[in-house]
Formats: sequence, structure tokens, C-alpha cells
Amino acid sequence: MINFFSMNGYGIYVFSAFIFTMINFLGLYIVVRYQLKKEQKKFAEKFGKLNLNQVSEANKQKINKEILSAGIFSKI
Amino acid sequence: MNFFNQNKIFLSINKYYRFILIFFLILSSLGLIEALIISPEDYLQGDSVRIMYVHVPSAWISLGIFSCMAFLSVLVFIFKNRNLVIIAKSLAPSGFIFTLIALVTGSIWGKPTWGTWWAWDARITTMLILCFFYLMYLLAWRIFEKRDSVIKITSLISIIGAFNIPIIKFSVDWWSTLHQPSSIKILSESKIHESMLTPLIIMTAAFALFSLLIFLMKYNTELIKIKNKGLDRL
Repeated sequence: MINFFSMNGYGIYVFSAFIFTMINFLGLYIVVRYQLKKEQKKFAEKFGKLNLNQVSEANKQKINKEILSAGIFSKI
Repeated sequence: MNFFNQNKIFLSINKYYRFILIFFLILSSLGLIEALIISPEDYLQGDSVRIMYVHVPSAWISLGIFSCMAFLSVLVFIFKNRNLVIIAKSLAPSGFIFTLIALVTGSIWGKPTWGTWWAWDARITTMLILCFFYLMYLLAWRIFEKRDSVIKITSLISIIGAFNIPIIKFSVDWWSTLHQPSSIKILSESKIHESMLTPLIIMTAAFALFSLLIFLMKYNTELIKIKNKGLDRL
């Protein structure tokens, strides 16, 4: 196990490169997911304030229902 | 241009999220096992060669994404299609992160191999320039508020930046550099052994899936932003 982590003295370089990559992946994923969630929440709030005529107008677009269904987050 | 119908794209990509994420997790786990455990050490560089499995795919994908953005920007000027702008905009964040990873992991690899963290070498410097182009592109979206201006400026940034792509690619052939020439060639025989090529391909596929996942999430965010504005107009 020690041999695996030391990698003949190169372990510090190898693992720092891999860890840096993983941190960046995770960071980017969290930021993009947060932005998506924020926009979806904003959309749901705006939709909630519409009157009946506006709701029926908005419901003509299938994409609006899809955003409201929060299907995006259940799938990530 | 029915192919670029935003609503259709939104509905169809929404179905594939889970599959892409699961496939990415499987491939990256497999790639990590191959890269850190199964693949052999290099006869000259020892175990430090394993950095290649994150450095090279990141560099490839960052170049690929910027090339796509530049191509889309040319199409934006020709077709004036706003959806192409959204696609290019959604590609940029993952492209930037991959460029950053390529630069930092290259620097980490440089220390045990060349004895220095950084050198103003042709390949490294041109990659740094690419990173600045990504940064300019992303900042332009934040700085400029007028829609038409920001589309023109960001498209110009990516088209001008695209001239740097062949320079990055051929820098190791044109100049005498610290950076090694490419070992993997599409048209001729690669100089890399199969035992190292396999993890490299797996990691590249995993990284490509990750950039696809980020792109889809970002694209959907942009579409919801547009729909939010649409609700304001009702």
C-alpha cells in the first residue's frame, strides 16, 4: 500500500495532479448544477405568480411543463 | 434549422442526463484503475508518466471544445442563429476548466521530468494563451450587457483564438521545445504502447462524457433563462 502511494517517489506529483483534476470536476459540476437549480426555482416562482389566462398560455409550451416538473434534478 | 429547435433539444437531452452521468462514473472509475494501478511505469519517466492520463485528455478536449466554439461562431455570423450562440456559450466553462487542468497538471509533470514547474516553452505558452482566450470569452458574457454586442464580441474572440489552435498543435514540430512531440498520431502509427494507450483512451472518453454532461446542464440553464424572460412578457 505504501509503495502504491509513494510510486517510487513520484506519488506526490501523480496524486496531486489527479486530485487537482477531481476537485475541478467536482467544483464545476456543483457550480453549474447550482446555476441550473437557481434558474429553475426562479421559473417556478414566476410561474406561480401568473393569472389563469397566462398559465393556460404558458402551458401551451411543453418545455414549460418539463421545467416545472423538476425532472432535470431527479435525473442528475 | 428545425434541427436546432430549442424546445426539442431541451426535451430530448433531458432524457439522457442520468445515462451520461452513470456512464461517466463507470468509465472514470475504470480509467482510474487502469491509470493508477494496471498501466506500467515508463522506462525513463517512471511512475510520473501516470500524470499523462489526466494531462493529455484535458489538453485534447480543451482544444476540441475551442475549435467547436470557433466553428459555431463562424456559423453565427453566417446564419444569425441564436441557438448556436447558446451552444458555444454552454461549451465554454468546461473548455476553460480542461485548459486549466492541462496547464496545472503539465506544470506538476514538468517538475520531476524537466526539473522546473514552468518554462516559457512554445507549447506551454500557447496553451496559456488559449486559457486567456477562454477567460476573455467567459468574461465578455459578464461584462457586456447589450445582446447583439456580446454575441459579436464573443464570436470574434473565439474566431481570433482559433488561430492559436494549429500553433498549439504544431508548436512541438515547428520549434525546438522542452515539450515532447506528439506520440499519438491519427494518420500514422502511434509511438505509445498499447498498455498505455488503453487507459489514455478510457480517460479521454470519461473526460469527454464529463464535458458533455456539463454542456447539457449549462445549455438547459441558458434555455430556462430564456423561458424566464418569456414568462415576463406574458
